[in-house]
Amino acid sequence: MSGTLFEKVWALHRVGTLADGRDQLFVGLHLVHEVTSPQAFAALRERDIAVARPDRTFATVDHIVPTTDRHRPLRDDLAEEMLAALQANTAAAGIPLFDEQTHRQGIVHVIGPELGLTLPGMVICCGDSHTATHGAFGAIAFGIGTSQVRDVLATQTLAIEPLRVRRIWLEGELREGVFAKDVALHVIRTLGVHGGVGFAYEFAGPAVDAMDMEARMTLCNMSIEGGARVGYCNPDETTFAYLAGRPYAPSAGDWDAAVAWWRSVASDADATFDDEVRLDVSALAPVVTWGINPAQAVAVDESVPTKGTGAAIDEALAHMQLAGGAPILGTPVDVAFIGSCTNGRLSDLEAAAEVIRGRTVHPRVTAIVVPGSQQVDAAAREKGLDAVFRAAGFDWRLPGCSMCLGMNPDRLVGDQVCASSSNRNFKGRQGSPSGRTLLMSPAMVAAAAIAGAVVDVSATGGPT
Amino acid sequence: MSAGVSQVSGACVPIPGDDIDTDRIVPARFLRCVTFDALGDALFRDDRDRSGDTPHPLDDARYSEATIIVSGRNFGCGSSREHAPQAVVRAGFRAIIAESFAEIFAANSLAIGLVCAEVDASTREELFRRIAADPAIRVELDLAACRVRADGFEAPVRLPDAARIALLDGSFDPLTELLANHDAVARVAHALPYLAWTSR
Repeated sequence: MSGTLFEKVWALHRVGTLADGRDQLFVGLHLVHEVTSPQAFAALRERDIAVARPDRTFATVDHIVPTTDRHRPLRDDLAEEMLAALQANTAAAGIPLFDEQTHRQGIVHVIGPELGLTLPGMVICCGDSHTATHGAFGAIAFGIGTSQVRDVLATQTLAIEPLRVRRIWLEGELREGVFAKDVALHVIRTLGVHGGVGFAYEFAGPAVDAMDMEARMTLCNMSIEGGARVGYCNPDETTFAYLAGRPYAPSAGDWDAAVAWWRSVASDADATFDDEVRLDVSALAPVVTWGINPAQAVAVDESVPTKGTGAAIDEALAHMQLAGGAPILGTPVDVAFIGSCTNGRLSDLEAAAEVIRGRTVHPRVTAIVVPGSQQVDAAAREKGLDAVFRAAGFDWRLPGCSMCLGMNPDRLVGDQVCASSSNRNFKGRQGSPSGRTLLMSPAMVAAAAIAGAVVDVSATGGPT
Repeated sequence: MSAGVSQVSGACVPIPGDDIDTDRIVPARFLRCVTFDALGDALFRDDRDRSGDTPHPLDDARYSEATIIVSGRNFGCGSSREHAPQAVVRAGFRAIIAESFAEIFAANSLAIGLVCAEVDASTREELFRRIAADPAIRVELDLAACRVRADGFEAPVRLPDAARIALLDGSFDPLTELLANHDAVARVAHALPYLAWTSR
């Protein structure tokens, strides 16, 4: 069997062709959360259909949970109703729910990998567009809507058309202070927010080989921001080392066979791609978004575009209240948010902690850290990171999606500017219709929190 | 199987701009719900509330009869929330004509029978011009012929083949067909080694 990982994994999971020409695809792992599942469970009840594979379905609660007080009932009636519905639906179907009591709760794209649920060669679905995160392991992982969540619950399959594959070949060694987040934003600004529509992105090359699993997750996580529903890396020794010993990873008795199978699904050396893009990241500087979509980004030492150079640019400059042509460096920030499925893992918190150790958050800035999961939280505490952040003036919160999308009480107020390690800078994304988001790496957010403005963490190692 | 959709005709509302994201179509706070029933009012809520002196097209009386949205490139980019097309449908729309669509949005729309038809930029511009000249103009989207027509103007539209077939024959909700193939599903599952591995 020769080909790309995408082709091989797709073929292994393809059940057949439906009447309209779409493929019926088997789903090896279905991850469920409280926002996009209640209507799907209700639809199954209406038609008296049972969940087909509760053993291949796992749930957590992440989008709506408060990051301060989690006493039940939750203070927000709507959030309480959603959490209660998830508990009832998963209990009735026999689906494991990683809620707070399990100490495994967290953002769905953080807990899947850390529990070893996410494995190479799988097809993975979740009612969330950042599901491509799991592609870091060599899985074909993509977001689906609620009707498709229903289909997967009912049949463990869904109707979908195959994608073309674009290899994004990344060469060069990243400079100190430059991270996978910067690479992801660079790819998006190079290819545009719509450039990946119809493609699965295979991230490959020396720069990807050198990344640890958490960096690869960050890279794959933002595929959808470039229009690609799927992004993945080929599994390698780094992947296997990460997985060894995780709770749901194969046991010792199955391990060797598993590794052999994982190797077999990787793209072959002679695989052909529908498209290829080569980027050298060795000179890349930290990247910061200035606008209202993730492709509207500049290197930290560049200036934002000038007014009158396009309707989309003018609309973005107006929303962001930025003077056209101004350097992004020095843009004042009011809020600093470190967290999300993009950058809420231990290495992200470590990178940020390095920048703030012994320093103090700027008096104007409200700074919060929201670990991606209870396990990330515990691991970070063990290393004393919570104390480092607290000493600097950060608020250390309970795990969840939080201010990435403001479905819980963590929201921007008015037109606050937020330096954010999350994935979207859309108008209103962080909970205030006039709020303004600057996407950047966790280290850059940390540096901005200290300085009260955008600074270049790669040039200075942070503000002094 | 649902009734097929072979054509949609009606008045249009223009929503200018490219890369209209799902957070604009339905802001996240409206996702705090366990049914889709009340989402019609959430459609473009923040854009509408912040439109200032010029009403947002959805609140412009000239377009109050519209059943078709016309917009730019990459409509529906961003999140996988089906709440977005659900809100479009619940606000009374049956089709969207745009230069292109984000993939998950298009899939979510198809699942509920909302037509997403692509047109060239020049066709989109011509539709905008004609709608501006006559807001009540009836636009006809013919899925069988893959054409859009408006008062003598006619141009091609594109839909993925599978989507067009599914809409025409009413099979856009695939659940019955997916359920029927349970033996084939079992064979595929049986051949996947990882389903047999034991964990610690």
